Amino acid sequence: MQSSNAPRDALRWALPLLFAFALGLSAPARADDVQDAQQLLKSGQREQALERVNRALAANARDPQARFLKGLIFTEQGKQQEAIEIFTKLTQDYPNLPEPYNNLAVIYASQGHYEKARGALEQSIRTHPSYATAYENLGDVYAKLASQAYGKALQLDASNTGAQNKLALVRDLVREPIAKSAPTAAPATAPKDSPVASAPQAPPAATPPPAADPTAEVLKTVNGWAQAWSQQDADAYLGYYAKDFKTPGGEARPDWENGRRTRITAPKSIQVAVDSPKVTMRGPERASVSFRQTYRSDKLKSQSRKTLELVKADGRWLIEEEKAGK
Amino acid sequence: MTRLAAAFAALLFWAAAGAATPEDRLSGVFEAIEANQLDTAMKRVDALIAEYPNFRLAYLVRGDLLLARAQPLQTFGNVVKTVPQERLEGLREEALARLRAQRHRPAEDRLPRYVLQLSGSQKHAIVVDSRRSRLYVYANDQGKPRLVADYYVTLGKNGIEKTREGDQKTPVGVYHVTANLPRNKLTDFYGAGAYPINYPNEWDRRQGRNGHGIWLHGVPAEVYSRAPRASDGCIVLANPDLQAVARQLQIGVTPVIIADEIEWTDAASLDAERASLAAELEQWRADWQSRDTERYLAHYSREFSGPGQDYAAWAAHKRKVNSAKSWIKVGLGNVTMLRYPSERDVVVVSFEQDYRSNGLSNVMKKRQYWAKEAGRWKILYEGPA
Repeated sequence: MQSSNAPRDALRWALPLLFAFALGLSAPARADDVQDAQQLLKSGQREQALERVNRALAANARDPQARFLKGLIFTEQGKQQEAIEIFTKLTQDYPNLPEPYNNLAVIYASQGHYEKARGALEQSIRTHPSYATAYENLGDVYAKLASQAYGKALQLDASNTGAQNKLALVRDLVREPIAKSAPTAAPATAPKDSPVASAPQAPPAATPPPAADPTAEVLKTVNGWAQAWSQQDADAYLGYYAKDFKTPGGEARPDWENGRRTRITAPKSIQVAVDSPKVTMRGPERASVSFRQTYRSDKLKSQSRKTLELVKADGRWLIEEEKAGK
Repeated sequence: MTRLAAAFAALLFWAAAGAATPEDRLSGVFEAIEANQLDTAMKRVDALIAEYPNFRLAYLVRGDLLLARAQPLQTFGNVVKTVPQERLEGLREEALARLRAQRHRPAEDRLPRYVLQLSGSQKHAIVVDSRRSRLYVYANDQGKPRLVADYYVTLGKNGIEKTREGDQKTPVGVYHVTANLPRNKLTDFYGAGAYPINYPNEWDRRQGRNGHGIWLHGVPAEVYSRAPRASDGCIVLANPDLQAVARQLQIGVTPVIIADEIEWTDAASLDAERASLAAELEQWRADWQSRDTERYLAHYSREFSGPGQDYAAWAAHKRKVNSAKSWIKVGLGNVTMLRYPSERDVVVVSFEQDYRSNGLSNVMKKRQYWAKEAGRWKILYEGPA
């Protein structure tokens, strides 16, 4: 549990760059300071990053980009209350930006306040109905809330799972704050580039992400696949594979399924993390996802590169081929 | 989202919204799910949980409603497989039992075949259907049963037809409540109170059944209700339900009839059965009064047994006693007739007997078990009640 690898259910961060140029509300007074701060933060130099951000804010106290970065720095420094204040203020000053809501939600979730996190993410989606990061996070928060409800239903001690989730999230923030959100910054996610100043979008709807963003759909599928694996739910896991899936050794499908079933259910626990996924759309209904896979069970720990070839059938993305080492 | 509706398909049914009991409100949640109004369903289940925070089943539904937003559901109660399956199954079965009972209420003109006649002093009768996990309360409407309420119940872990001590089964038969054990004399496990019933009764003993301590009781504070098959043989109700039932219970008087699956009939058939048996009972009374001992004994089965007596001993005793009488008058009052579930034509008849004769007079409460032998009602057991 002390590994630096991000767990599957860690919430994704909004990348500050996303709206840096989209704002146009007020030109960043010290663009170079903000950019420097971003670089410094990436390389883990938080104090220096904070210095630059404060310099930028001295020149323009309202600069949303600088304020957002400051919120991010505070979060990484564990100053959650300060970070919450900054992000909350940003949502008030720029209610059309989804990112501050998203990051508020990440902090709330890390504190175990899943209902608050849900509220913030739903707000984030209300501002941008196609914001994939918020959808993915919201999915995780719903799953977490569901697991809390199930815990109550079955009279389980829910405090254990809650604590684990919280720790996982903090580790994630400290080690890999930016990388997680990288895939969602891919150019394929077109709607995010639209000017934020545009009229507020469609009414609130807690419905699945619109089909407009295939990258997000593919990512969601891969995350779901990893989650089913982690939950040792063999039926759900196998449900992610296409009927004509190319079994790795060319074995018959039932043999392969039986083998997988055994491997998935035998360990006491499994955690599978998908890190730095990169989605390549090979067509409207074909996609490749490459990522670093971290597998950890009570018996074994391994890391590998993996590529999944997915096809869309009946509205669902399914795995057609699984390649290791690429 | 349609997958959620599909996952619930087995449980769906129509129900009136806005009704007061948690079960009715749970129905309202499923109704919204059926209509694919998931936000409404969520609001309803949240309100239900706010009011009944120990209603575990409601959390299961809430979990599904939340999870459905994150991923497609595979099943009702879509919990990961590492949780205790027994509890999960228990909640699923509770959902089914509650929803089925709501969906298939007995029609207005259907009556349990067991309640042939209630005496004037019996205000209510309780009838339990094991397969439906349901307890029905019937009011005594001039001797005839009228359904007034019904409740979800938990029965024995190992089902019904108790025969042995510790078999964790609920008995099937005709019983009555024998005592009221108040809440302050009990641990929290029994909830709002407990009402023992008279298992094993005369019929059970005759069949060699043993065990004891079958109660109607409530549930611990931490839960609203328990799974359909979870008790050690007791009949367990949610605390508010137990309190409602308890208000109708008369100690030593109110019958509790437990059936595997209630046999339903109509009022006309019930009247006919009642009349047929009432005629036999009247003939028995008249023959006893007539002092024609052989005619009187003809009402008794060769398989008869009373307390400590077989047929031969009984017959010898009666011949001796009756021959010494110059007159006998027998009056019967407060007659109850209850058909025995899961037995072919066995009826428990209870009454107050006013016996007068030269030499001896007494008034007693009596119980007889009548059974049909070759088409004729005969007495299999007779003793003080």
